[in-house]
Amino acid sequence: MRDPLNSFIEAIPPSGIRRFFDMVAEMDDPEVVSLGVGEPDFDTPWHIREEGIYAITKGKTFYSANAGLMELRKEIAAYTNRHYGLVYDPASEVLVTVGGSEAIDACFRAMLDPGDEVIIPEPCFVSYKPCAVFAGAVPVVIDLQEKNEFKLQPEELEAAITDKTKLVFISYPNNPTGAVMNREDLEKIAEVVIRHDLFVLTDEIYSALSYGDDEFVSIASLPGMRDRTIVVNGFSKAFAMTGWRLGYATGPARVIKQMMKVHQFAIMCPPTLSQYAAIEALRNGEEDVQFMRNEYDQRRLFLLKRFEEMGIPCFEAKGAFYLFPCIKKFGMSSNEFAERILNEQKLAVVPGSAFGASGEGFLRISYAYSLRDLKRACERIEAFVSKL
Amino acid sequence: MTDKILTILEKNARIKIDDLANILGEDAVRVRQEVEKMESDKVICGYHTLINWDKVGQEKADALIEVKVTPQRGVGFDQVAERIWQYPEVSSIYLVSGNCDFVVLLQGKSMREIAMFVSEKLSTIDGVLSTTTQFILKKYKQEGFVVDSPRKDERQAIS
Repeated sequence: MRDPLNSFIEAIPPSGIRRFFDMVAEMDDPEVVSLGVGEPDFDTPWHIREEGIYAITKGKTFYSANAGLMELRKEIAAYTNRHYGLVYDPASEVLVTVGGSEAIDACFRAMLDPGDEVIIPEPCFVSYKPCAVFAGAVPVVIDLQEKNEFKLQPEELEAAITDKTKLVFISYPNNPTGAVMNREDLEKIAEVVIRHDLFVLTDEIYSALSYGDDEFVSIASLPGMRDRTIVVNGFSKAFAMTGWRLGYATGPARVIKQMMKVHQFAIMCPPTLSQYAAIEALRNGEEDVQFMRNEYDQRRLFLLKRFEEMGIPCFEAKGAFYLFPCIKKFGMSSNEFAERILNEQKLAVVPGSAFGASGEGFLRISYAYSLRDLKRACERIEAFVSKL
Repeated sequence: MTDKILTILEKNARIKIDDLANILGEDAVRVRQEVEKMESDKVICGYHTLINWDKVGQEKADALIEVKVTPQRGVGFDQVAERIWQYPEVSSIYLVSGNCDFVVLLQGKSMREIAMFVSEKLSTIDGVLSTTTQFILKKYKQEGFVVDSPRKDERQAIS
């Protein structure tokens, strides 16, 4: 038989997070405490779920428009304007997708020609590089540095640019590091992007989860950036709606129009029931977001303090629901550390190296867990490192 | 800081001061002082354990009793209220708007104890015109907690 496989797809390595979860599943031990999961531990707020149920009872069970319900697109445009000062036309500049993930894939396909280079700073979520490869593009990785709190530096960007570079990918607040970039940080990046006539794809799925004094700033809102930037966001993280599979892309009409083609032929339309629930989320869900953000922030402060007490260096991440402590001083790789702490203390954390080579020497700690779980986990980390 | 402390304690009275300080990013000594001050100022009136007595197999009943009274000159409802709340059987009493004047909550008594309390003590108080006793048949949610609903982490491995 001939080789049935596409050689590019075949060459993509399996996700490092996946590999680790498989190990946890194999242990099948109820005593295992996990800080591994990257999704909110909160249920979707009831009024939003109720709206989904209502949509079912009213028989809203048909396809929607390809780009999503107009009512929802209008709410998305209003939300984006209210929170980030970005103005988009609901008819031509908003595309509702199956999670932020679909939007990223559609954006790469719509913007990149084979051989185009897309700059991807790591550590980052595991899907970006494979999606770039799906589009036939060439991912060019920048290894971000802990000393810069994992913020992309203009010099790093400048050094990665070639005459094939077309798109710069950024994602802040970041999974896995929890890093955020404030206005000043982003202005320096925008300057380089404009000077080299590049475009930006920004995954802002965690935008509602930023802590501390700086308000979240979208790079698209900086002068000269709106028409160079595709913003990806969604409902999963802000409104605890992961299973509803709903995200969106906003950007200049000429790009959204082409993304729409990828979307309409591959996906047709996002789930209609979820879209009705999402309208309710945007109209009446702000208090829920505030509540959850406050809870995450308390857990974040708790963990930072505990890592300090344990003498494990951890920069003060101000976004998403992750901390990225450095375990280099224990003289083992992230993989080894994660495997040993799983076997010896029954604690599951994801090795930083699953998110790129520059994540080596770090762990991703998710605080989408109750304070009780976090306390138990810290006790196990403490017991583990005290024996090293 | 006090608002934040209270919001957390309201849901988890058993949290340790050190943990409370950590999640607020505050100094533990300061947090302890704040809590103690609120206790002495009666901002924090007490700490209460929510118990599902049904699970212990004890046959205890709870009742809501609507009470109509005649308010008295000079003291309004307060004097009658005091004559009711002084009874240790009464776990809560509220002055309410609507069809009655007070709602009195009795908790953890036998049916007979409740019946005796209403007929012999409550209804004989000067100023009490009538009572309507509603036995609680089943508790679904109490003090913000859903009764008897174990929560399982439904999140699956995904990457």
